[in-house]
Amino acid sequence: MDFGGVTVDPDEPVFRARWEAAVMAAALALLSAAPARGWNQTLSSFRYARERIDPVDYLGSPYYERWLTTVATIAVESGVVRREELEKRAGGPFPLARPLRVHGLENPGSGVSRFAVGDRVRVWQRHPLGHTRCPGYLRGHVGTVLRSHGASSLPDVEVHSRLRVQEAVYTVRFDAGEVWGDGQTGVCLHADLWDSYLETP
Amino acid sequence: MTTDHHHGTPPAPVERRAVALEELLVEQGLISHEDIDAVQQEYETQLGPMHGARVVARAWVDPSYRERLLANGTRAVHELGIEGPEIEHLVVVANSPEVHHVVVCTLCSCYPWGVLGLPPNWYKDPPYRARVVREPRVLLAEMGCPLEESVEIQVWDSSADCRYLVLPERPAGTDGLSEEALAGLVTRDSMVGVEVL
Repeated sequence: MDFGGVTVDPDEPVFRARWEAAVMAAALALLSAAPARGWNQTLSSFRYARERIDPVDYLGSPYYERWLTTVATIAVESGVVRREELEKRAGGPFPLARPLRVHGLENPGSGVSRFAVGDRVRVWQRHPLGHTRCPGYLRGHVGTVLRSHGASSLPDVEVHSRLRVQEAVYTVRFDAGEVWGDGQTGVCLHADLWDSYLETP
Repeated sequence: MTTDHHHGTPPAPVERRAVALEELLVEQGLISHEDIDAVQQEYETQLGPMHGARVVARAWVDPSYRERLLANGTRAVHELGIEGPEIEHLVVVANSPEVHHVVVCTLCSCYPWGVLGLPPNWYKDPPYRARVVREPRVLLAEMGCPLEESVEIQVWDSSADCRYLVLPERPAGTDGLSEEALAGLVTRDSMVGVEVL
């Protein structure tokens, strides 16, 4: 897919209107209220809600409009507001992200740290329907572990259950010419990948 | 649109939807109008690339600070009293005549808010996110940052908890400048890696 050129607005304000700040503030408020109210909503849940937005809308709407859909989806799924109320107040349809379709864990995680700096690793070839932070463009490709970070909660589990699986995250280096198969040289790509996304080649 | 039960009916205007959500969250006691004003004020005035620029200028004039910054970005920016969000795992990567670094979040829009503020729209939009990993040399040239073929490009995709900041090279001819004057030369784009100073 050719996305075309990058459009830069040198005079872009932080927020173009107050409602954009309101959306940001609402996201922060829902995140901070979640533990006390017993909602399983973390930053990963917001990312997953955004991934459930219709792809045409995702690609076609401005950033804060995507965020509005995301935050409203989280608010409705947490039970704090009802969609009908939102639509009544807004005076028309209020699009939300698509409903959760994945129940259960597609990737229960390794929960461990299996690799060390310098190891060659292959990114797994799985394509979950639910949330993951394993970038699609790296799947199946082999890279080298550059750094090993501490354990961190695996988003694939966090979003889809109340469990938390802590596993190591590694910075892995890939050769862009190998990833894209186009012979480009002198370009390294790095991504930070959870242990369970990787296997020994 | 996104909804599955409103085929053909356009959504309410985005601002009216945002106000509807705000009112309902206020009525539920989750947020106040003052909270929103405070968030707006904070993100418009307290956060921004001026913090990153201070970090870069310090690293240019103080080699031991530069070393600490590259070893542990979070600790080194805290040393300067910079404490904002999204820099809990800050990794600083240094440009050299041989290597140029550039930062992206292909999966969403992760960005080191505490040192750069909120990201610009181009950073969050699909063209940059897709193309900076696919054809970085071409894209950087298009964005006004042409690099010699001999310069290696290192792309950092912020896919987990680390946030990345590029330490640009100090421009030639700036030997006599104060640290403050140097900070004034450092741009946001140079710290994302889409500009060379």
